[in-house]
Amino acid sequence: MSDFVSGFWNIYITVLVLISVVGCGVFLWIQDKAKNAPGETMGHVWDETLEEYSNPMPNWWRWMFYITVVFALCYLAVYPGLGSYSGQFGWSSRGQYDKEIADANAKFDPIFDAYKNQDLIKVAADPKAREMGRSMFLTYCAQCHGSDAKGAKGFPNLTDNDWLWGGEPEQIKVTILGGRVGVMPPYGGNPDAVGGPAGAKELANYVRSLSGLPNDAILSAKGKERFAVVCVACHGPDGKGVQAMGAPNLTDKIWLFSSKEDAIVEIITKGRTLTMPSHKDFLGEAKVHLLAAYVYGLGGGVKPAPATPVAAEQPAAAPTAAPAEKK
Amino acid sequence: MQSQATYNYKVVRQFAVMTVIWGIVGMLVGVIIAAQLIWPELNVVEWLSYGRLRPLHTNAVIFAFGGCALFASSYYAAQRTCHTPLFAPGLAAFTFWGWQLVILLAAITLPLGFTQGKEYAELEWPIDILITLVWVSYAIVFFGTIMKRRTPHIYVANWFFGAFILTVAILHLVNSAAIPVSFWPMKSYSAYAGVQDAMVQWWYGHNAVGFFLTAGFLGIMYYFVPKQAGRPIYSYRLSVVHFWALIFTYMWAGPHHLHYTALPDWTQSVGMLFSLILLAPSWGGMINGIMTLSGAWHKLRDDPILKFLITSLSFYGMSTFEGPMMSIKTVNALSHYTDWTIGHVHSGALGWVAMVSIGAIYYMIPRLFGKSEMFSVKLINTHFWIATIGVVLYIASMWISGVMQGLMWRSTNVDGTLTYSFVESVKSTYPFYMIRLLGGTLFLVGMLLMAYNVFKTIAGGKAVDAPVLVPAAAHA
Repeated sequence: MSDFVSGFWNIYITVLVLISVVGCGVFLWIQDKAKNAPGETMGHVWDETLEEYSNPMPNWWRWMFYITVVFALCYLAVYPGLGSYSGQFGWSSRGQYDKEIADANAKFDPIFDAYKNQDLIKVAADPKAREMGRSMFLTYCAQCHGSDAKGAKGFPNLTDNDWLWGGEPEQIKVTILGGRVGVMPPYGGNPDAVGGPAGAKELANYVRSLSGLPNDAILSAKGKERFAVVCVACHGPDGKGVQAMGAPNLTDKIWLFSSKEDAIVEIITKGRTLTMPSHKDFLGEAKVHLLAAYVYGLGGGVKPAPATPVAAEQPAAAPTAAPAEKK
Repeated sequence: MQSQATYNYKVVRQFAVMTVIWGIVGMLVGVIIAAQLIWPELNVVEWLSYGRLRPLHTNAVIFAFGGCALFASSYYAAQRTCHTPLFAPGLAAFTFWGWQLVILLAAITLPLGFTQGKEYAELEWPIDILITLVWVSYAIVFFGTIMKRRTPHIYVANWFFGAFILTVAILHLVNSAAIPVSFWPMKSYSAYAGVQDAMVQWWYGHNAVGFFLTAGFLGIMYYFVPKQAGRPIYSYRLSVVHFWALIFTYMWAGPHHLHYTALPDWTQSVGMLFSLILLAPSWGGMINGIMTLSGAWHKLRDDPILKFLITSLSFYGMSTFEGPMMSIKTVNALSHYTDWTIGHVHSGALGWVAMVSIGAIYYMIPRLFGKSEMFSVKLINTHFWIATIGVVLYIASMWISGVMQGLMWRSTNVDGTLTYSFVESVKSTYPFYMIRLLGGTLFLVGMLLMAYNVFKTIAGGKAVDAPVLVPAAAHA
């Protein structure tokens, strides 16, 4: 349906609205003048007993009717209603929204800006900042990651030490600011090398073996060969994933969807695309800064270690990663 | 003096009995979904999940229960006030079987998930076509009966029935306009897009309330209140003014369902203003009904049918005051999307629509089955009190939870962040969900008492078609 952009519609709306509002009042006024005979019936009888009194309309009711008509006309002079006429004050819902946002920003931005240049680890330790972060998390993040931040099927748990895109404070901030898109292509983008659904089944057995789950040893061995050809590109030779591309660690016994063989086969054959939306334009950097600090402080955050190698840091910060280390 | 011909009561009997049955079904589904909101684990299978059952509940109570009540009472009142049997009795029979088929198809397709996605217009295109056929037949039967009336004037109840039938036809045809994609599974796409689609939908939605649930039931009121009270209508002039003002003004009120959306500001303003103007025309019906009782107030004490009718008018007056208030944009900013809306709808649906229908059915059943009164008048009284307590519990709990939700959602901390997450507002609503479930269950229990009473009355009587009366004016 095309939009009504011609100037004719402005006149059409204005005239029709005015006639209709005024018409209600005029109709009442005309009927008001009609003669009544209080206490007497109209002289018609239906179905033996049905009759009507010729009583006038109640006064208070008539006046209520008139007042609403007059109110409507006053309102139409002040607020938009008559086509493109924007009313005495030029009010618009868009204008009201913009003003409320501007007022709120002027009032609240300084509160958030105070933390903007602080180190994220320091912000994460600030009780007031954590409270603000929590309020925002429950408003903007809980829908997917849950009120307790422990995630849901397909949505990562933010309280453990398993990170798809990295758990250092700045990495978390980059994730929230710019969003992330994690893509697992069907058959890893190479159906021939995977060997179709049968090959996917072999791979699934191998992937289960990486977490020490029961698997068919023969299928798993075949799967290992295929893994080295196809999956290695993203998940790495040891299956520990690559955070730079959001490729999950397959050895840590943490499953975003399911550890069942069928479920793994489904992901291999059909692929998966997971999106974390960008919040930069929506919330602004100052608020994201507080959110990143809050998420970092939930318990799974990884301390940045510029001096020491990351590998040395991991066992201490991540006890559950220990079994994976054995493989 | 009586002529030999009799009124066509058969179709009235059929619709009257089905009103009770569909009322129980629709309200039972309502009780189930109210329980599902408290205990989500009751969503056992997809076909009986909340999302599928909710439209089934609304369709069952509005179109099955309310629709059958309207068919029954309009056919009854039109014949008797026109002093002639129904026009085209074959078509009248078709409206009964056709309407039951529509309801049956709704009960199958909605749980299967077939829907147009339009509130109160969910049914897919093949069912929409059947509805159209039934409705056109209804119009032919009704207006044909009016045409061959033996009185010079048309009784006021028939003005309202007529406006209801005509307008619902237009509403249905315009809003359900869609491009069919497939017959099975049933699928179509709306003829409108974007904000125009939303506006057409709520023009329909609000007038479904205005004409199906208001004008139609005012028709019931205008016949059964003066009949049961044995008093003339309070004011003919008020009938004229509030009738024309009501049917004219309702047409404009739809945009108040879309406040603070992409709908242009001017449309929202106009919708709000006509909703406010609508207050007086709506109240005209309440005044005319309640004032009809003036001079006979004592009858309220021991006539439970009159209690149903007059209480329904009180709820009608309350919800038609609440409606214009909720259409004011600043009030709507608080009430919209909260349980307040659910409470408002049910003060209309249970308090007004259901209670006036129940009163009319209790009036008609003995007369349709050759009895002087219902099997147990005492049981009607019990039904009345159970139903009234049920409605009050229902709407009071939804008012409180609605206002609470609105206040929680807009509450902010000193830093501008929201004080409560959405889930916290849901958690706070649970006690009110429980009270609502209790209220709804009480109302359902009342309907079961009614079913028993109706069954016993029918079992003790036999179908009787009353002879057509000669108009009183002919005596003069």
